[in-house]
Amino acid sequence: MTMFEYAPAPESRSIVDIRPSYGLFVDGEFTDGTGTPLKTVNPATEEVLSEVAVGTDADVDRAVRAARRAFVKTWGPMRPADRGKYLFRIARLLQERAREFAVLETLDNGKPIRESRDVDVPLAAAHFFYHAGWADKLEHAGLGPAPRPLGVAGQVIPWNFPLLMLAWKVAPALATGNTVVLKPAETTPLTALLFAEVCQQADLPPGVVNIVTGAGETGRAVISHPDVDKVAFTGSTEVGRSIARAVAGTEKRLTLELGGKAANIVFDDAPVDQAVEGIVRGIFFNQGHVCCAGSRLLVQESVHDDVVAALQRRIGTLRVGDPMDKNTDLGAINSHAQLERIRELAAYGETEGATCWQPEGDLPDRGFWFKPTVFTDVSPAHRIARDEVFGPVLSVMTFRTPDEAVAKANNTTYGLSAGIWSEKGSRILQVTDQLRAGVVWANTFNEFDPTSPFGGYKQSGYGREGGRQGLAAYLRSDS
Amino acid sequence: MSDRLPVRKTYKLYLGGAFPRSESGRTYEVHDAKGHFVANAAWASRKDGRDAVVAARGAFAKWSGATAYNRGQVLYRVAEVMEGRAAQFTEEVAAGEGLSTGRARAAVDAAIDRWVWYAGWTDKLAAVLGSTNPVAGPYFGFSVPEPTGVVAVLAPQRSSLLGLVSVLAPVLAAGNTAVVVSSKERPLPAITLGEVLATSDVPGGVVNLLTGDAAEIGPWLAEHADVDAIDLAGAPAPLAMELERSAAGTVKRVLRAPADEPDWSADPGLSRLRPFLETKSVWHPIGV
Amino acid sequence: MTHVLDPSALTGGGSLTGALPDPFADVTRSNDAFRAFLHGLPGVDQVGAQARVTQLGTRSIKSTAKAWAIDTAISMVDLTTLEGSDTPGKVRSLAAKARRPDPEDPSCPAVAAVCVYGDLAGVAKEALAGTGINVAAVATAFPSGRASREVKLADVRDAVADGADEIDMVIDRGAFLTGRYLDVFEEIVAVKEACGPAHLKVILETGELVTLDAVRRASWLAMLAGGDFIKTSTGKVSPAATLPVCLVMLEAVRDFRAATGRQVGVKPAGGIRTTKDAVKHLVLVNETAGADWLTPDWFRFGASSLLNDLLLQRQKLRTGHYSGPDHVSVD
Repeated sequence: MTMFEYAPAPESRSIVDIRPSYGLFVDGEFTDGTGTPLKTVNPATEEVLSEVAVGTDADVDRAVRAARRAFVKTWGPMRPADRGKYLFRIARLLQERAREFAVLETLDNGKPIRESRDVDVPLAAAHFFYHAGWADKLEHAGLGPAPRPLGVAGQVIPWNFPLLMLAWKVAPALATGNTVVLKPAETTPLTALLFAEVCQQADLPPGVVNIVTGAGETGRAVISHPDVDKVAFTGSTEVGRSIARAVAGTEKRLTLELGGKAANIVFDDAPVDQAVEGIVRGIFFNQGHVCCAGSRLLVQESVHDDVVAALQRRIGTLRVGDPMDKNTDLGAINSHAQLERIRELAAYGETEGATCWQPEGDLPDRGFWFKPTVFTDVSPAHRIARDEVFGPVLSVMTFRTPDEAVAKANNTTYGLSAGIWSEKGSRILQVTDQLRAGVVWANTFNEFDPTSPFGGYKQSGYGREGGRQGLAAYLRSDS
Repeated sequence: MSDRLPVRKTYKLYLGGAFPRSESGRTYEVHDAKGHFVANAAWASRKDGRDAVVAARGAFAKWSGATAYNRGQVLYRVAEVMEGRAAQFTEEVAAGEGLSTGRARAAVDAAIDRWVWYAGWTDKLAAVLGSTNPVAGPYFGFSVPEPTGVVAVLAPQRSSLLGLVSVLAPVLAAGNTAVVVSSKERPLPAITLGEVLATSDVPGGVVNLLTGDAAEIGPWLAEHADVDAIDLAGAPAPLAMELERSAAGTVKRVLRAPADEPDWSADPGLSRLRPFLETKSVWHPIGV
Repeated sequence: MTHVLDPSALTGGGSLTGALPDPFADVTRSNDAFRAFLHGLPGVDQVGAQARVTQLGTRSIKSTAKAWAIDTAISMVDLTTLEGSDTPGKVRSLAAKARRPDPEDPSCPAVAAVCVYGDLAGVAKEALAGTGINVAAVATAFPSGRASREVKLADVRDAVADGADEIDMVIDRGAFLTGRYLDVFEEIVAVKEACGPAHLKVILETGELVTLDAVRRASWLAMLAGGDFIKTSTGKVSPAATLPVCLVMLEAVRDFRAATGRQVGVKPAGGIRTTKDAVKHLVLVNETAGADWLTPDWFRFGASSLLNDLLLQRQKLRTGHYSGPDHVSVD
């Protein structure tokens, strides 16, 4: 061997014990669902991992009633400090069982084990830890002297960060005194069901957290149940609009965290090597299945060729393949349907005249895969510059002045996030001021922290998750 | 009943992460509430105080520089480890303060919960006490709370554990390091707490616990040029005034003692966090 | 795989003394011009650089890859002793270890070089005769570099005359930090000339430069002045070699070759003590500068205790069980 070929370094699967079938988690217990069960597959191998119950209207009703009971009888009246202690317990249990969660997440989702291990699971635990502390400090959150919980929260989450999105939803809801009926995504239910076991280990009172698996119909049942006080959704803008329509005219409170088409703006004075890393992280983190992905790269014309060359060189070192290998950088696309959508939009890119570049290398035979892809010569009118691909596809455009960069960055119906790369602080702040986006990263990208509110402008949704602001979504401060 | 003869503990100081005897070689007798001899405690000297300040200063950069999340987890860990020793604390508090086992246990429980309360504050202080400042000009302005530095804490004299934790935990949660002089007559829970801190991921030197007389060591700490603040909770009225005057010489932040030792079980709010935080305001131009 | 310095490897770029590579022909026309050039290099964001090395630090190098990495690392070691108490006996003992690092296993590769103070270069040369292992000598008033240029050049000439194949010089950090870049440059050029046939490694002493921006500038300065290798540290200043520093230097040699066609080597030195550290560095080389740098001709470790840890790990791979410090030789 004359080259440094990394030998396979697979994470052991034996730490997880996947049951052949799973029920719904309602009122503290696993129960059968009345719908036709669905199969969840490993997208890297197309192997069926387990069969998961599907909740019907009746099942959802049972879950909502359990949540209401818990809200009235146990969780609502509980001393806030004790609610906090339960959340601290959950945070610790997530830390203790971190490897198990990471392996299960990677099997079910297709994301690299490095990411589930180093990002998803630690951040999920951190969200519980952070919100645990808020439980008895809500009067300090700036939401009035005695903010009160809303009641039962119906929450529907996506497949891109299954456990982390659960944490973003469940932790603030519980810390503020609400109870929860959560529907995980159809293709990634397993870590939510393992989380149900964590709730049992923590002795969380029955009904405080209820997990009802299923597809779109189940989600609709959750958000439209009349005894749900609060709806929280993360997912596509299209579904978000339909949810906003569905709750119109009701008393339900709603927060939406939807799609994005973030601009990552590279000025000519950027720290180039770190900018290249940030571009890679912005679009190839989690296979680009990230609502805040930096999918539009805006490069100042004078450095365009250098940045693109450095970017291509760097992408050439990305390791695409088995998500369970600890050295994998880019894993599997989560589902066949998503792969088809990515292929369709990438095909548009070529027919509309953009130049497509992909690195050398083969993809596995089985499973759902898409190579990291860079389109140059992209015009703002192209579909790949406007539509959310939700995959590892980057569209590169140029600008000449800061004003032009801002104009192009804001030229989207979305407004979730943006990135700026420059060594000049005042310029970063000026551009930040003008960007219509809920999160702006300067000289970094795709950083998340429970203390930092996250959410969108425009059609990327409304409401924030995390930080002091995130608590507002689950509290009534009119007392 | 067993006729086994128990092994007794030697109570020493907790200084720089270690458990030394007083450099002076002195000890004093500690009695329980009924006047029975319990142990000989180390009688800390001014030189022990000096060493404690050096240790606290040395530990400041790392502790204040740790992420708030990390500090929160460490303080929560203190609660976890303390819970495991609750029986021992209960025994010491009951004996020292003359409480029933039930009331002593309640004080211990409240002390554990107090760590949890402050563990949850570390990563929220900046959001609650900080601000962005909408200054009238092309500047981005923000203010952040930062720890004051080395804080000398004269612990309450009566409430030997709950009182001690109630004054120590906020100092740590804010990111300061501490030199604590324990209750003089009830010093033993402080040293047992030191054993908890030493096994709870709290870096050595962040907390230094001296058993002895606040009236003897307090003046040296109040005048010490490398101490940034002093909490007078355990100083009796005439001493407190003298110490506050001494502290003025180096413009120390002083948290005055209440006239009577308060009921430590009450919700402390932010009252003991604010005194040991500085506010730093930052200006940065906005322009292309 | 070669374990010996390839004599032709460094001659590709030709002699640089007095002539700068093409796109940079006039950047040293004045100190102001040189300063403008060095400060015009892209900045380095420290947080981003740290994040990158942390991520690469999670690479899991197992089985065949680990065996390859360990042997490669051994072959890259500049086995070093730089103490006031060094003696000919100590150097001979080190030379013996350099030839056969693991006396129980002849398949174990030899190290790249033995690195000593200049006055012991002759002893090392004699002890290593016929082995293909190079003698590296530190010079130029190592480690501080605080002496007149005449003394520094004499130091270099002495070591070369005594048989040093490689000279590890230190830059004048005082001059660098006060912005006298041209002085630093000219000194390196002069030392390079004094080296004659010996290869020149330029020690930046990054622990005293502190910022990664300064490391990048110093790297370019040293490469433009004709250094064959850029080296992090003397080992006498803390911190010595760190992964972010090594990352920035690897980026510099990569970009320098892309711009000029001339390849320069990198040598982290000091503070690398474990196999894990060494493997992290090799991963960094592989994924930053690329496989072209993964030979002893282009990458070295300046180390002493590292070698024994590599040997212990090598024994573990071979025998399947853990070994102990008594199973490798004491230097």
